[in-house]
Amino acid sequence: MVKKGSNVEKFMKIIDKEFLMESQGTRIVKLTILVPDIAAKAKAGQFVVLMVKEEGERIPLTVVKADPVKGTVMLIAQEAGFTTKLLAQMNAGDFLYSVVGPLGHATEIKKYGKVILVGGGVGIAEIYPVAQAFKDAGNEVTAIIGSRTKELLILERELKEASDACVVLTDDGSYGRKGFVTQALQELLEKSKYDLVYAVGPIPMMRAVSLVTKPFGVLTLVSLNAIMVDGTGMCGGCRVSVAGKVKFSCVDGPEFDASQVDWQELLTRNSVYTEQEKHICRLHNAG
Amino acid sequence: MKKEPVNIKEREHAARVKDFEEVVQGFSEEEALQEASRCIQCKDPKCVSGCPVGIDIKTFIGQITRKDYDGAYSTIRQKNNFPSICGRVCPAEYQCRKACVFTKKGEPFASGQAIGIHFLERFIGDYGARKGLRVESSGDAKYAGARVAVVGSGPAGLCCAGELARRGVRVTVFEGLHKTGGVLRYGIPPFRLPRNILDLEIDSLKELGVEIRTNTIIGKVKLLEDLFAEGFSAIFLGMGAGIPSFLGIPGENLCNIYSANEFLTRVNLMGAHTFPAHHTPINIGRHIVVVGGGNTAMDAARVAIRLQHMRGIEPDTTVLYRRTEVEMPARRLEIEHAKEEGIRFALLVKPEEFLADEKGFVRTIRASRCELGEPDKTGRRRPVVIEGSSFEADCDLAVIAIGLGANTILTSATPQLATDKYGDVIINPETMETSIQGVFAGGDIVGGEGTVIEAMGMAKKAARAILSYIIHNKGENDEK
Repeated sequence: MVKKGSNVEKFMKIIDKEFLMESQGTRIVKLTILVPDIAAKAKAGQFVVLMVKEEGERIPLTVVKADPVKGTVMLIAQEAGFTTKLLAQMNAGDFLYSVVGPLGHATEIKKYGKVILVGGGVGIAEIYPVAQAFKDAGNEVTAIIGSRTKELLILERELKEASDACVVLTDDGSYGRKGFVTQALQELLEKSKYDLVYAVGPIPMMRAVSLVTKPFGVLTLVSLNAIMVDGTGMCGGCRVSVAGKVKFSCVDGPEFDASQVDWQELLTRNSVYTEQEKHICRLHNAG
Repeated sequence: MKKEPVNIKEREHAARVKDFEEVVQGFSEEEALQEASRCIQCKDPKCVSGCPVGIDIKTFIGQITRKDYDGAYSTIRQKNNFPSICGRVCPAEYQCRKACVFTKKGEPFASGQAIGIHFLERFIGDYGARKGLRVESSGDAKYAGARVAVVGSGPAGLCCAGELARRGVRVTVFEGLHKTGGVLRYGIPPFRLPRNILDLEIDSLKELGVEIRTNTIIGKVKLLEDLFAEGFSAIFLGMGAGIPSFLGIPGENLCNIYSANEFLTRVNLMGAHTFPAHHTPINIGRHIVVVGGGNTAMDAARVAIRLQHMRGIEPDTTVLYRRTEVEMPARRLEIEHAKEEGIRFALLVKPEEFLADEKGFVRTIRASRCELGEPDKTGRRRPVVIEGSSFEADCDLAVIAIGLGANTILTSATPQLATDKYGDVIINPETMETSIQGVFAGGDIVGGEGTVIEAMGMAKKAARAILSYIIHNKGENDEK
């Protein structure tokens, strides 16, 4: 008799892995993971929580692409802390210890009209599925994508395909326009009326986006990257203040109205383990 | 002449606060015999009615006195699948021991003279586990082919799964986390419930044929309708209470203010106390404040003081509670253990505000003193703030352990599932059936924060109803 559970054992396998970009020791890794049940349900805007090893941390990562036919999801992560570095060391054929999802609310996909998607750094990966879904829903999609430098710019071709217009910027001017995504955003909003701005990137970028859009009164959504443990509402570690109320990013979000987010609190809360992170990374490098 | 109760052996305070090994050592055979012999075998034993799952306490204690330990194990297992767990975590002083004839009527909890029923249960549970005793599965042909899905592998889910599997039902348990046990693993620390004991009890379920699928969040990756479509004839919901409550006071989102769930999960489930060997970090303060008076607060405080010892920090952990010790819902034993371990209690104190340092980490707590006023609807006297009593104290880490609300992941994905104003699933109390036919529920998801054993009591009731539902359904299908 075939053991019922044996099928499950094959899941959470890394089918494909590649480094998208590498610059000055920062790498961005793309992984395709076999998780058929999750792939069947995941929608744009949702995330998974994964553990690389049994002794590992649980970290949230946005589902960049779900392929229900192949039973896979694509995840993209920039090596930032210990766990993302560990993840980047995994190879095709390896298994992750745990993957759960799809978590969080899916992006509400409907016809808004004219939509701007802003992606900064690895946040470009997170706006990609949303851009596609908005375009499929008949929206006029403009993408603004930016990174520190040319080598760290990811998914340019994909975003160009998923949008009607795509503005590319780098902080250092090594590719595309020189400057920040917020500058391009400001110009677009001054020229024309838009119905929605959707932004994902580092917290300072998302905060800057919300400041730029505020005078124009355009609805601005952001997908927050708070620190999580379980990702199901159980721990409350990912709490953020939105419109003065405590919300859990994992179950109430991850998307919120940018104009209502207490950005300083989020920045501070995300720094809570900076020391431990340095410590474990040092140990790891020494070892 | 009435015999004196046998004192339970516990590890020395000084040694035990430096690790996560079990504190209570349990009875030796001699001690168990001596304690059991104190039971006067009442004609009309009240203790049994004090047990939420109705263990025949009188009989199993009688069997112990005759050294019929196998018999005692069988007696307990008829009503309780997890004697080694319940013998360790049941608040017996509010249940069987409170009902014991040696406790005077009207006492808030059991007298020290009451029989140590939970310790005897633990003795027998551990004896059975060591000896590999199993309760025979009374598999019944009429349940053959029936499949039941159980959502959640905490006390309610495990209990329901065990009850059904013993009758020959094929059970699949779906667990959202990467490990089984629910609150038994992420909530209750190993020094109260050693992991090998928990694993043994869960393994005994697997031997009964129960399949457990971790990493599977029902309501997200599968909906209830998906489970029915996969061929499950009934579903039991035991996903527990999920969302931690906060005080709602200024400064509560500062860094180093944890919910008890997060604090305990980081340690108990993720192993943060062994960081960096385990990769999940946790911060430890020099002046730790735990807010609350329940078992979770005691667990959090005892974990906190252990972390201070392990990291070489001068221990300073204080439990803050708005009422007095009598009103604390925690097990008396946990309160005693916490005190022995050096945890301070600031009673009749209500937190008002947390104040930050320049980096956004909590540095100070501002609180007020209270006095007890009129009883509230729970019957406990309400704490009333004394005007002008506000004071500040050092606090660089706080744990909020004031309760939980309903987890809405499954209920919000299942609009047909009726819930009350608290978000708890509404059930028919006779059958534990929900508003959806074939879907039953028990444990904390149907109301409040109960205890492990209350969850099990509900799960057993649901299991009985599920069995008759299966038969009834089968009959209908056969007629078609």
